[in-house]
Amino acid sequence: MNDEQRRNGVPRTLFAKIWEDHIIRAQEPEVPAVLYIDLHLIHEVTSPQAFTTLRERGLKVRRPGQTIGVMDHSTPTIPRNELGIIPIADIQAATQLETFADNCRKYGITMYELGHENQGIVHVIGPEQGLTQPGMTIVCGDSHTSTHGAFGALAFGIGTSEVGHVLATQTLLQNRPKTMAIQVDGRLQEGVAAKDIILAIIARIGIHGGTGHIFEYRGDAIRSLSMEGRMTVCNMSIEGGARAGMVAPDETTFEYVHGRPFAPQGADWDAAVAHWRSLPSDEGAPYDAEIQLDASQLTPMITYGTNPGMGMPIDGRVPDPDQETTVNERSALDKALRYMDLQPGQPLLGQPVDVVFLGSCTNSRFSDLQQAARIIEGRRVADQVRMLVVPGSQQVKAQAEAAGLDEIFRNAGAEWREAGCSMCIAMNGDQLAPGQYAISTSNRNFEGRQGKGGRTFLASPLTATATAIHGVITDPRTLIGANN
Amino acid sequence: MEAITEFSGRMIPLPRNDIDTDQIIPARFLKTTHKEGLGQQAFFDWRYDGDGNPREDFPLNQAQYAGASILITGNNFGCGSSREHAPWALQGAGLKAVVSTEFADIFRNNALKNGLLPILVDEETQQQLLSLAEEDPTAEIKIDLTSKTLTLPGGRPVGFPIDGFSRHCLMNGVDQLGFLLALDEDIRDFEREHPPRVNTGVPETPS
Repeated sequence: MNDEQRRNGVPRTLFAKIWEDHIIRAQEPEVPAVLYIDLHLIHEVTSPQAFTTLRERGLKVRRPGQTIGVMDHSTPTIPRNELGIIPIADIQAATQLETFADNCRKYGITMYELGHENQGIVHVIGPEQGLTQPGMTIVCGDSHTSTHGAFGALAFGIGTSEVGHVLATQTLLQNRPKTMAIQVDGRLQEGVAAKDIILAIIARIGIHGGTGHIFEYRGDAIRSLSMEGRMTVCNMSIEGGARAGMVAPDETTFEYVHGRPFAPQGADWDAAVAHWRSLPSDEGAPYDAEIQLDASQLTPMITYGTNPGMGMPIDGRVPDPDQETTVNERSALDKALRYMDLQPGQPLLGQPVDVVFLGSCTNSRFSDLQQAARIIEGRRVADQVRMLVVPGSQQVKAQAEAAGLDEIFRNAGAEWREAGCSMCIAMNGDQLAPGQYAISTSNRNFEGRQGKGGRTFLASPLTATATAIHGVITDPRTLIGANN
Repeated sequence: MEAITEFSGRMIPLPRNDIDTDQIIPARFLKTTHKEGLGQQAFFDWRYDGDGNPREDFPLNQAQYAGASILITGNNFGCGSSREHAPWALQGAGLKAVVSTEFADIFRNNALKNGLLPILVDEETQQQLLSLAEEDPTAEIKIDLTSKTLTLPGGRPVGFPIDGFSRHCLMNGVDQLGFLLALDEDIRDFEREHPPRVNTGVPETPS
């Protein structure tokens, strides 16, 4: 859009406004746009090779003050020792964490190390610290950077080469993506959560339905979600193939951001909010694609296969490969069911699980833990089941402990752990044994994602916790109301 | 980076759809701080059994595909995480190109930045290449960036799309960082007009 069109009041989407606000060099047919990045989040796994590039080329970090580091992926979540330290047994992980700390120190980047009061999963701490704000461009070497789009930011995951580009220049070369409006209206039933909305969307469009696009989630069902619920939805945009997902900022957003450590204050706050109010998509703004979903018809969702698109209502039956239309789909589903050791047509309600994982950048925030605690209070994790509760950050952990949630989980027989990515990516020692079944509040059920040979059912915190209580996949609606 | 204009190579068939980056390189191998040495871990959990022995039925382990450099896969390759370790591992395993009907956005970006070519073809060509690779492991195809074509053994050329900028970088052996560094003046101008939105060095005290 040029200035003339803008003056003429051509309606623009939330995405278009942020994109155009950050253009340093306009896109040409043979050259992508150059986009300015407001905030760069880095962690230990995808940054070391980027720092190596800086060293090899004698480059500095252009804007250390717009960069923040945190340890989360390869960090243990086992309890602290008598010195208050979380010990790192894995030498490779220890080296990676040391390298990260060293790089951040040398290049002058603020970094929250393992056990620091602000440490946690990168996509939990950005919002928590007030670093994530509407209208920003935010990147991180992690595909779940889409989470920050919940604030009306343009946030997406990048590879390590691009981490190097942003460290050195605070910019990225990007081709303008297409937009898809995902309109979700209607009121969610009791026991149905933000996680169920996004699992239903991905089940509908498939894991590559959003390739080349960014999503804007709209409609009253999205507006009624808390910021934490919106983060859950945006988090899994990448599971639908979209690099980013966004929700227009509103009063809920402003209320969440206000007063956080890095949020604007005083007159700056007023100016920021005035700008943020101009960001929502204009009436009649064009999208390249649009889908609609009726939230009132949703039930709790569960996945049965080996990608997040293989999901269904919790009371559904596992689909039959013979009913699939193409050879490709038949063979993909057949392989998935063999890996999961599930039969076509079988219900998942009543399916035993070995492990329950409550955590990850999708569902490890205070309200996730609180909802889970409400239904497990006064009940027990089934005897043969291991339940791990991994708060998303040290701040979430402290808040939960102040509210007594840790006691509720411990009394129920669950493990109360330190903050981190943990069993979502299973690179820190928290993992499934081959053949084990887990119900997990995380975002990926790929083969071996939670440990080699492990099998994952993705679900909401409510569904995962209800399942922990019975030891078999359970509809959380059967437990809600009985306790409250 | 090495300049690439054209090359020929033999093919390895891997006819599975939706191959995600956790399969290309499992997360437990991401504790490295280097790019090198990941080839051994490419497709690790498909390539080796529980005891660490190579699975004979996996194409990457089969003698007839040793030295092949072009992976022919099912639909939608590279979904999932942003790990650039995925293209590093594939290159470490000797691959120069991956052929599919669709690539996940982040994987495609990462691959292009490392000189691993994501070659997009239609389903008919994909099926033809898969059959060919299975029937005749010695068959070679040619990939040419100048003409943006993949040439089948019989000589039939099939065009593939690639964005002009990536193609320029690949053919000249330059990376994108140099281009961005040269924009220093423009970046400065932008920064003058747009003060930083946050300063991570100085958290404000909440009022």
